[in-house]
Amino acid sequence: MGHEHADAVDETQMVTVGGVAVPLTLTQTPWPDPHLDIEAYDPDADMMALNMGPQHPSTHGVLRVKLYLDGEVCVKAVPYLGYLHRGVEKLCEKLGYAQVTPIVDKNDYVSPMMNELAINMAIEKLIEAEVPRRAQYIRTICAEIQRVGSHLLWLGTFGLDMGGAIGGGGSIFMHTFREREMILDLFEELTGCRFHYNTHTPGGNRHDIPAGWNTKVQQVLGHIGQRLTEYEDFVRDNPVFRARTVGVGIVDPVLAMDLGISGPILRASGVDHDLRRDAPYMAYDEIDVQVPVQTAGDCMARYLVRVAEMRESIRIATHLLDGVPEGPICSLKPVKLPGAVKAKSGSAYCSIESPRGELGTYIVANTERRSHAQPYRCKIRPPSMHALQLLPYMCPGNNISDIIVALGSLDPIMGEVDR
Amino acid sequence: MMALLQGMDVWLGQGLILGFIVANVALGITGFSILFERKFAGRMQSRPGPTEVGPLGLLQPIADVVKLMSKEDIIPRSADKALFNLAPPLTVLAAVATLAVVPFAPGVIVADLHIGILFALSISSLVVFPIWMAGWASNNKYALLGGMRQVAQGISYEIPLLLSAVVPIILADSFRVGDIVEKQLDGNWFAFWPIGPGALAFALFFLSSLAESNRIPFDIPEAESELVAGVTTEYTGMKFGLFYLAEYLHTLVISAIAAALFFGGWDGPGDNDGLLWMMLKTLALFASIFWIRWSYMRYRSDQLMAICWKFFLPLGLLLVMASATWVHLS
Repeated sequence: MGHEHADAVDETQMVTVGGVAVPLTLTQTPWPDPHLDIEAYDPDADMMALNMGPQHPSTHGVLRVKLYLDGEVCVKAVPYLGYLHRGVEKLCEKLGYAQVTPIVDKNDYVSPMMNELAINMAIEKLIEAEVPRRAQYIRTICAEIQRVGSHLLWLGTFGLDMGGAIGGGGSIFMHTFREREMILDLFEELTGCRFHYNTHTPGGNRHDIPAGWNTKVQQVLGHIGQRLTEYEDFVRDNPVFRARTVGVGIVDPVLAMDLGISGPILRASGVDHDLRRDAPYMAYDEIDVQVPVQTAGDCMARYLVRVAEMRESIRIATHLLDGVPEGPICSLKPVKLPGAVKAKSGSAYCSIESPRGELGTYIVANTERRSHAQPYRCKIRPPSMHALQLLPYMCPGNNISDIIVALGSLDPIMGEVDR
Repeated sequence: MMALLQGMDVWLGQGLILGFIVANVALGITGFSILFERKFAGRMQSRPGPTEVGPLGLLQPIADVVKLMSKEDIIPRSADKALFNLAPPLTVLAAVATLAVVPFAPGVIVADLHIGILFALSISSLVVFPIWMAGWASNNKYALLGGMRQVAQGISYEIPLLLSAVVPIILADSFRVGDIVEKQLDGNWFAFWPIGPGALAFALFFLSSLAESNRIPFDIPEAESELVAGVTTEYTGMKFGLFYLAEYLHTLVISAIAAALFFGGWDGPGDNDGLLWMMLKTLALFASIFWIRWSYMRYRSDQLMAICWKFFLPLGLLLVMASATWVHLS
């Protein structure tokens, strides 16, 4: 807990807000007004409105942020979403329960396993299907490996945000992608696909662990664990990296909780919250999940939390690999027709801890108004979209360089933001 | 009168011919330095770099230039056409002109001016103007921000650069680049002797020239993750290529001047003085710039300014005083 910062303020002093302990120092900074009236702002200021995105190298896809700049310092930022809207939720309503998995794969395209897991858990809750223990283990192991892969990609793109494609950022990007490739290879061996796996199905998994996969996972994860130490030399101890991240983009935990933010951003602001430990699902009840928490709330804290999470995920996955029980991997019969999975009227909400935070799925079934095999309403709660709500609070007062770093540290994936 | 004309003839002839050779060789080296950098960066990032064009990818620079030449030349409708077109050649001009005073070997200096160092630094600082022209004329907000950053950075880092160059000038008691190199012959390189001011002045000169030529960690005007491509956002084809050429040429020239000022220029071990040693030292410094480039990230503009005014400038003044005291005492 806590890393050495230059200032002498006691960062570990906690205060309880709404029943949650949060670091005192982070709650004391006043927030800028996100709804600032630009017309009424200083008329003598040399204002410039800059549309950052949707085509910009560092907006992580097609995010558009309208920045009002006074010189190079932002006074107001308005994020615009929806450039990648594909109507996934509506599509889920048109397709049957058995068909939605490959569709939601494309939501958070950096961690497809998490999307599959979230929606299938909701469907299983709705149709009251049991998941065999072996499938639960496979799902948990996949989720943890996926978390490592997702955070590796984040680390690489964060380097790009800070150092550009032509420079040190490009170097860290290339190295993290090399390691992520090994994770994709693992999934390819398990499911046959590198990216959009379609391996979870209501009631269990489609693909069983192939022979020799366990050893490969152990090797790859051990290798990545060693590489993480190298990255720390390369990134964390880099004076330029420190100068760009320490004290930049500080997030107030109280505001963050008000905006519905979860995951590493919240944990970096000192809130000890992780669904894997607080509301265990799948095989997480087997293991004591250590939740890394930082109290500084800045970009450096979010970096430290994510790297610690990678180490923890490696530990969880290697631990669970040793104890995978024998048995079936799916409790339902293999799905041959789209209408094979049927549900009664009702609703179910399930949330999991994705690499970006709480990924929730709410499914309503209404057999009077729609068929038994189709959801009446499917709502996906993406953590990235909530994280982007921070932008109007984080950007004012910073210049463009810091805005890019702060945005990168939120780790938004536009695929799941816009759905 | 005849003698004077003959003298002029020799001077002009030498200047023109040598200048022609040096400029062309330097442009060629610059082209291949890009290949070298790409290979170097590839090795740092555990990938092979360019391998496809020619044996070992050696013809890659030629392919790059052909590609740039064949690109469509787009001038934004709202751009200031005259300035927009004028800026790229001017940046190259500023970089090429600096080559005039680089000492390659005994007697091989295009123009061994008696104010050589001042000429090099003042001409290379002129590059601020075409870049600001490009930023302004593009009529693009990113380009404008990039141009603003470049002006602020270029003007600020001019001062520590000059102050650090004053140290060898004081030690050699001459502004002439040839004299400075001669003074360092037989291993009396200013980077090592006198201990202290020389090495620090070299570090200062090197870092300031990184900022001057927009290299990471000081490549803030370009900042492709923030400003898309900075001043070059609206440029296409060979105009964009000229900016790149100027940037690499500038880096090369700065490495050569640093080698001459602090590492004895053409001075080699024993009696093996000559062009080879000068090239070796230049390329070693050039490579170290790439090494820094591919392992560091980028500073923020206010941090860059803080480094310049709070740290580099006082250090430069101290070094000038220290070297003056050393010369006075010895």
